[in-house]
Amino acid sequence: MSGFASIVRRDLHLALRQGMDSLMVVAFFVIAVVLFPFGVGPEPNTLARIAPGVIWVAALLSSLLSLERLFQADYEDGSLELLALQPIALEITVMAKVSVHWLTSGLPLLVTAPLLAVLMNLPEEGFRPLMIALLLGTPSLSLIGAIGAALILGSRRGGILLSLLVLPLYIPVLIFGVSAVDAAIGGFSDKPQLLILSGLLVAALALCPWAGATAVRQGLE
Amino acid sequence: MPLFTGTDLVCFRGGRIVFAGLGFALDPGEAMVLRGANGSGKSSLLRLMAGLSQPLEGTIAWESEPASDDPEAHNARLHYIGHADAVKPVLTVAENVRFWTSLRLGSGDGDTLASALAKLGISHLADVPGRFLSAGQKRRVNLARILAAHAPLWLLDEPATALDRAAEQNLNDAITEHRAGGGMVVISSHAADTMADAREIDLGKFQADAP
Repeated sequence: MSGFASIVRRDLHLALRQGMDSLMVVAFFVIAVVLFPFGVGPEPNTLARIAPGVIWVAALLSSLLSLERLFQADYEDGSLELLALQPIALEITVMAKVSVHWLTSGLPLLVTAPLLAVLMNLPEEGFRPLMIALLLGTPSLSLIGAIGAALILGSRRGGILLSLLVLPLYIPVLIFGVSAVDAAIGGFSDKPQLLILSGLLVAALALCPWAGATAVRQGLE
Repeated sequence: MPLFTGTDLVCFRGGRIVFAGLGFALDPGEAMVLRGANGSGKSSLLRLMAGLSQPLEGTIAWESEPASDDPEAHNARLHYIGHADAVKPVLTVAENVRFWTSLRLGSGDGDTLASALAKLGISHLADVPGRFLSAGQKRRVNLARILAAHAPLWLLDEPATALDRAAEQNLNDAITEHRAGGGMVVISSHAADTMADAREIDLGKFQADAP
């Protein structure tokens, strides 16, 4: 467990010192959402109707933005090789890096989302499910994305490949994340969708570190 | 029975057999020098020993147990120096070394860190961020990493790259001390005069397409 903490501490340290990364993720999120009122017009009802979907899609894309560097920086300077040679299961190392990715991208998104929801005129009933759904959904995004980030190790133009690999896998999270908010706005219970999101998170927690570690090993061969 | 052995190793990389039928055996305190032309598989053999890649055939064993049975236990007993130095530009020298040590010793203690830096003559750089280091200094930081946490097996891939005379001498002293304490060293090197009493493996003899 101390190895996990060491890696988390170091990666947070790195993210804080060299990092405009978190800031850029949030800036991208804000700009992507703000583009929609310009594109579809400022009619409040239209904006309210599309708000959950727009916020979720923008969150997916922003989370994807910082994924490419998840393993790449360590891969390039030889650290990843050494991390794989420590007496710590590689799965735990991957889990530590995913946690830091969530702390530096998912968490800032979560904090910014209510402001953007106000901007998009999201009805009041939608706020609670939006926040809970993002809280449950963004860790899944980081976990699923880690597999993609590990698979592109060593390939040039990895960023585009990464989006092709990962975005289709984000679809379930997107569907249930948006429909939780829609259900609450429509006066229905949002519980089933939120439970499914929790289920997705549990499944991702169980499978993704393992798959990510296998992909990292493959990348290092 | 020697402690660390490899038998009938066949290494397959990039669609060709790099070497075949290679075996080695190492006892505590022994050193082995890998020789061979560029591309003869020195680095590949070291990566096989480290468990970074798996041989096509053959086994690498520690106390007769295949190393791939328990990769974490194998990792705990080896230190590997590869081509890249893994020095983070935004972390100071001390932070870089301390991180790697903490993964092995739990909370790394300050004494081993200070003495490791001193042995490689970089004590004065402890608070300098990695981005200001020269190639040779980065290599010294990487070497300090393996001195700061004990592991019985050192796998060194061209460790003297970019080092000056003095640092090379420090490295040789460290290797001698490590072996005196029962440690093992496998080193790939072009330098002619590494260690007089070391075993040698000439990878040229194991080439599949040898002329």
